[in-house]
Amino acid sequence: MDFNLTEDRQMLADTLGRFLGEQYPVEHRIKVAYDAPYHDPALWDQLVELGALYALAPEDAGGMGGSGFDISVVFEALGKALCPEPVLGALMASRLLAAARADQEALLTGATKYAVGITEIDAPYELDQIATVATAKGDGFTLSGRKSTVYGGQVADIVLVAAKHGDGLGVFAVNARDANVTGYGMMDGGGAAEVLLDDTPATLVVADAAAALQDAVNAGIVALCAEAVGAMEVTHSITVDYLKQRKQFGIPIGKFQVLQHRAVDMLTEIEQARSITIKAAAELGGADASKYASMAKNMIGRAARLVAEESIQMHGGIAMTWEYAVSHYAKRLIMLDAQLGDTDYHLSQVMKGYAA
Amino acid sequence: MDLSYSKEDQAFRDEVRAFLAEHLPEEISSAVRSGGELTKAMMEEWHAILNSRGWLATIWPREFGGPGWSPVQKHIFEEECCRAYAPRIVPFGLNMLGPVLIKFGSKAQQEHYLPRILDGTDWWCQGYSEPGAGSDLASLKTKAERDGDEWVINGQKTWTTLGQHADWIFCLCRTDPDAKKQEGISFILVDMNTLGIEVRPIKLIEGGHEVNEVFFTDVRVPIGNLVGEENKGWTIAKFLLTHERTGIAGVGFSIQALEEVKAIACSTMRGGKPLIEDPLFAARIAQAEIDLEAMKITNLRMLFKAQEQGAPGPETSLLKIKGTVINQELKDLARRALGPAAAPFPGHVTEGNLMFGPADTEHNAARYFNNRKTSIFGGSNEIQRNIVTKTMLEL
Repeated sequence: MDFNLTEDRQMLADTLGRFLGEQYPVEHRIKVAYDAPYHDPALWDQLVELGALYALAPEDAGGMGGSGFDISVVFEALGKALCPEPVLGALMASRLLAAARADQEALLTGATKYAVGITEIDAPYELDQIATVATAKGDGFTLSGRKSTVYGGQVADIVLVAAKHGDGLGVFAVNARDANVTGYGMMDGGGAAEVLLDDTPATLVVADAAAALQDAVNAGIVALCAEAVGAMEVTHSITVDYLKQRKQFGIPIGKFQVLQHRAVDMLTEIEQARSITIKAAAELGGADASKYASMAKNMIGRAARLVAEESIQMHGGIAMTWEYAVSHYAKRLIMLDAQLGDTDYHLSQVMKGYAA
Repeated sequence: MDLSYSKEDQAFRDEVRAFLAEHLPEEISSAVRSGGELTKAMMEEWHAILNSRGWLATIWPREFGGPGWSPVQKHIFEEECCRAYAPRIVPFGLNMLGPVLIKFGSKAQQEHYLPRILDGTDWWCQGYSEPGAGSDLASLKTKAERDGDEWVINGQKTWTTLGQHADWIFCLCRTDPDAKKQEGISFILVDMNTLGIEVRPIKLIEGGHEVNEVFFTDVRVPIGNLVGEENKGWTIAKFLLTHERTGIAGVGFSIQALEEVKAIACSTMRGGKPLIEDPLFAARIAQAEIDLEAMKITNLRMLFKAQEQGAPGPETSLLKIKGTVINQELKDLARRALGPAAAPFPGHVTEGNLMFGPADTEHNAARYFNNRKTSIFGGSNEIQRNIVTKTMLEL
């Protein structure tokens, strides 16, 4: 048993933390995250150069990591800095390409930007409700349907799309130029796209892709949970600092027990959230990966909402303002619930294991 | 980062499991399983069995008769004991007074009292709380005055767990009424057979007799029964409260409770279906199970940290807060799962018609009510929040 990071991962965490701390102060983040293209292309390049993407893929896929703990180290650092770069799409695409044993050098070097299109308006989380359909045509396929909130889709070169393929699901590569892609910014910063497919040419990447898609989703969940843990820690620490500085009735408001105990309860839930994220990361790729990913995403959903709402409330008016960092952390913490399955969805996934 | 147990730890787990399978008497484990009160004889028998194996004083150093286990091994032992429905060891001598004597006691006190704790000669109880001193323990009023070679003790202790069985009580007494409240307290050992002591039972919410009031009227004990320095008892009190916190999250008991809830919900019918298939109820179980899964890891993280640093930190307060809340939620779910079957007073319906799942559920509601204590004793959850506020948040 060992809850320390390995030396390599600690180094990666330090490097990323330092880089994001220096290059991505929250004022800069606010500037780039809400204006097209909803990220900072120059910083993306530097992030790639630092090896952030290589850490997400295993060695036999050309990377240098790829385990749950590699993923959580990268995304916790991103979460602390509230970084809107489209790394989640790269991670999930890398998992799908690895399942296909396809070359992913262009992904890992950042030469090609990937996004993953799973979500549909009427199937936000459920793989078995996907309506987008693939039809064989000539040597290849065409796809028809609509993929929604494709994170990173606003700048992607290639979108890996999950579509009905025969009796099952397939993953298809679509060149973004061939599809009707409408990019937009998100409530919490960063960007996504609606991807409209109308007999759009596509290449089959993975057939019988249900397991590969589930693995990509599980990896994405570990990433989002780690991102949330990073963001929650920063939010909590800003809030506790504020409790020490802000005076009302002549004393720091942190002297009021009603606020002290709530700050402790936030800390307790953050520790619990970190624990379940560690568990989900440890199980990623194993037989129980989906179960623990669901447990983690449910708990993160609850903890993130508590931390976001309590931080705003305990600050008072200041955390309602655009210029104060907590408002942006709070938005990210709330909105990531709707990525890859929300609190209720994942609770119902855990319940599916129950039977008399 | 590695969540797996080492080969040595796994072998240790197997050894503990085999020992429990062979030596834990069926009569005792089924009494624990049923949730009723254990007899003094049962507690003493289990104490003796563990002592004969050298696994009794799990937190004592080896030179005083402890097994020399790491925090992880202690955790494994506690987990396996829960799994096997072994009784919780009565902690007052072993986990409270023992470490105090080892740290603060004289050599003579160690040599006299420690072996008697191990062999069961002395059953200890704790004289801390008073009617006017609960969370604000330092305001305690029971006083001990010097009279020649003796202390003369007058006052009242309360919530004295299993004091009805005890041979000895360790007491916090005020020895300097003029000092600041934390600075005039001493830690004194008192023979329960001394003239002037009266033990009165307190009947608890579920009807059980677990705690007592202890009255002291001109109780005379030898000067030598003082542990550590006069007026330095508060240091000992704090040491005792924070010293040994492995297992405070009660993870093993909550794992047990979750299994019981699921078993009851599988065999209880609602609307023509097993209750566990009711989405509202299943959702509540699932949420508790997720919280417990996280708590298992939180507990291991704190254990690991304690092992690295040599002592548990203030994070153990977080374990206590969340661990008791999860356990209480599971007890609530079990009671709800039984529904009307949980309603009869224990002992009033005897013919086995309340048997569900793997556990005898006669005492289910009683356990639910009794377990409300866990967020109150050992420093209430509110006091734990105060501790975290000071030590971790530095507010």
